[in-house]
Amino acid sequence: MILGEIKARINQGYRTIKFPDVEPDLPERFRGMPKMNCKNFDCKKCKEACPTGAISIAGAARDTGATQGAGTIRQLKLDMGRCIFCTDCVLACPEKAISFTRDYGLSANDRDDLILKNGQVFEPANALKKETLRIFGRSLKLRQVSAGGCNACEMDTQVLSTVVFDLERFGIQFVASPRHADGLLITGPVTESMRLALEKTYEAVPNPKIVIAVGACAISGGLYAGHDEVAKSGATEIFPVDLYIPGCPPHPITILDGLLRLIGKRWSHA
Amino acid sequence: MATIPEVQSYPVKDWRNQIINEVKKNARISALFGAEGGNLYAVISHDIEGRLSIATTSIDGSDKTYPSLSAELPQAEPFEREIAEQLGITPKGHPRLKPIRRTKNMRDFYQVRGHEVHEVAVGPVHAGIIESGHFRFQCHGELVFNLEVVLGYQHRGIERALIGGPDPRTLHYMETAAGDTTIGHATAYCQNIESLHGIKIPERAEVIRSIALELERTANHVGDLGALANDIGYLPTASFCGRLRGDFLNLTAQICGSRMGRGLVIPGGVAFDLSREMALSFQQKIATLLKSTKEATALLWVSPSVLSRFEHVGTISQKTAADLGLVGPAARASGLKHDVRVNYPTAAYEKFTSVSHPGGDVFARAYVRWLEIQSSVKLLIDQLLVLPETPIQNKNPNNQHLPPNRMAVSMVEGWRGEICHVAMTDRDGRFSRYKIVDPSFHNWAGLEVALKNQQISNFPLCNKSFNLSYCGHDL
Repeated sequence: MILGEIKARINQGYRTIKFPDVEPDLPERFRGMPKMNCKNFDCKKCKEACPTGAISIAGAARDTGATQGAGTIRQLKLDMGRCIFCTDCVLACPEKAISFTRDYGLSANDRDDLILKNGQVFEPANALKKETLRIFGRSLKLRQVSAGGCNACEMDTQVLSTVVFDLERFGIQFVASPRHADGLLITGPVTESMRLALEKTYEAVPNPKIVIAVGACAISGGLYAGHDEVAKSGATEIFPVDLYIPGCPPHPITILDGLLRLIGKRWSHA
Repeated sequence: MATIPEVQSYPVKDWRNQIINEVKKNARISALFGAEGGNLYAVISHDIEGRLSIATTSIDGSDKTYPSLSAELPQAEPFEREIAEQLGITPKGHPRLKPIRRTKNMRDFYQVRGHEVHEVAVGPVHAGIIESGHFRFQCHGELVFNLEVVLGYQHRGIERALIGGPDPRTLHYMETAAGDTTIGHATAYCQNIESLHGIKIPERAEVIRSIALELERTANHVGDLGALANDIGYLPTASFCGRLRGDFLNLTAQICGSRMGRGLVIPGGVAFDLSREMALSFQQKIATLLKSTKEATALLWVSPSVLSRFEHVGTISQKTAADLGLVGPAARASGLKHDVRVNYPTAAYEKFTSVSHPGGDVFARAYVRWLEIQSSVKLLIDQLLVLPETPIQNKNPNNQHLPPNRMAVSMVEGWRGEICHVAMTDRDGRFSRYKIVDPSFHNWAGLEVALKNQQISNFPLCNKSFNLSYCGHDL
């Protein structure tokens, strides 16, 4: 028996990816950071097609003409915290001015940083503040709570513990009890039925603690924003959030990249 | 598809007898639900004949009650609780009319009282990275007398939000109804839209959908076998399968950019094509992956330490499985044969045969998954070889108005079992009701029964052997 196991172990090979030292092997059609190059702000087809209201046009129609001198810059904004990375806006745009790049580094420390503006460069997440980083930088234990998640964000978080990503080599581990944890990783739009359980789990985590919101639902309510059955703006309505990882679901590499940035193990992905 | 006035309407008593008689003659309840206005609908599957029947009745009495079906047909039990909760119609004589999704209304748990009987409460927050749900055990020492599963924590209000659609969110609600079954639910929805509009999708789209569906099944089954191994501490298979599952998901990502298959299935066809080179490289990759999966899982079927934990644990007899109306691998592991791919085949599944195992225990539920992985891989390799040379999309009707006053039923064999969607349109051609039945809705009762007289330490193992969806149930 044991010989069979050893033989299988040899055949299965070494499977841990070299990330972050080596860039990950992402699929050709991967949808990462959105890119916008819109010139016709009166068209609004993308805005109408977007299922989650992620696209807005600042300084809209009323600012045209006479009032233009008021200093409003008209621009297209895309909120990655709401975006579910579907292709509805891409297909709706007659000018092909919106596209998804293969850039997987999407995490941010501030909710506002997730709002992309036409042509502006994205500011990725920074490491925790010096004192917190000293405590968590080399050992970060997280408690995951699914508060209405659809099991996609959960699956792509769980997969980080497999041999492929081997999260523990970075000192990060998912633990079974909030009392053993340094923070929460929340998925889902926070259903009203889960609100109390989530709050209690948060309280059970000893201070200092951090909160990570993974996926459009946890960041903004995503597809479920506006439903009476869920919180108004995901986990952000309930707790201060230290790291936002957008996507629907975010690719495991996007989640890992965000976690590594937070603990200061990654500054740029170029 | 039928126009709504054509759907056979019976007086309540006849409607009830009709359902009971049909189900007792080898049929199953695929969906049982109510709509505003007090109409109840039953979709009955006659699997052997490959035929569906629909019966409706109207509850018009002022007391809004009807005689419950559940005492005679246990499989109606969760459906009737849902009818009561959604519409305030009371199925009189229902054995236990407790909330189905409104967790805050859950007051009384089933309790066993007696010397040294104790209660164990687990969840809604669990130890692992899984969805939320509550489990309440009545135990005597290690022995479980009763398990009560309380769900609803993942309820996001999908069915309510679908009314008035289709709109820009509709397809994405389907993709996230159970996010691990994106292809299954999106396909069921698109089939309904296509049927209502009378659109026939190109053959190539049909085949790409079946490829995506089988990739979804294979990835999840491989993952489940790894997770089962993990739950009994058999780590070689657990870690091998963890990697292999991801490799199957990555194939889906190569087709459409998303590991979960988001954005692939759209009304009118599919949004992404498989080039000839991709198809060829997929064939090679899938063959290699099957070889690795075979090696990784073969260890399970021969290791005494695994077998002693898998065999005779959580056994469900064929009769119980049929009474509870179980679907998918959980049903086929108790010797039942029904499979949407076989009973109601689309073009890609014409030659497909389903697998089953008579055991009914954790071993059977694991082994059926392995059998299904093999039959899925065979289908994948065959289909990749013969991708028809047609376009991949017919006209996408997007969210246009649908024909008014129609009803359409669509079924897909998702990786957990039968997915049944029923669409009904109002006189303006918008959804007046859209019913989603995830396979988990049928199968949670199976887990409760499997735990009877088991050691409580077998719970994680039994739970994983079903691996049901919380959000698919809660919607």
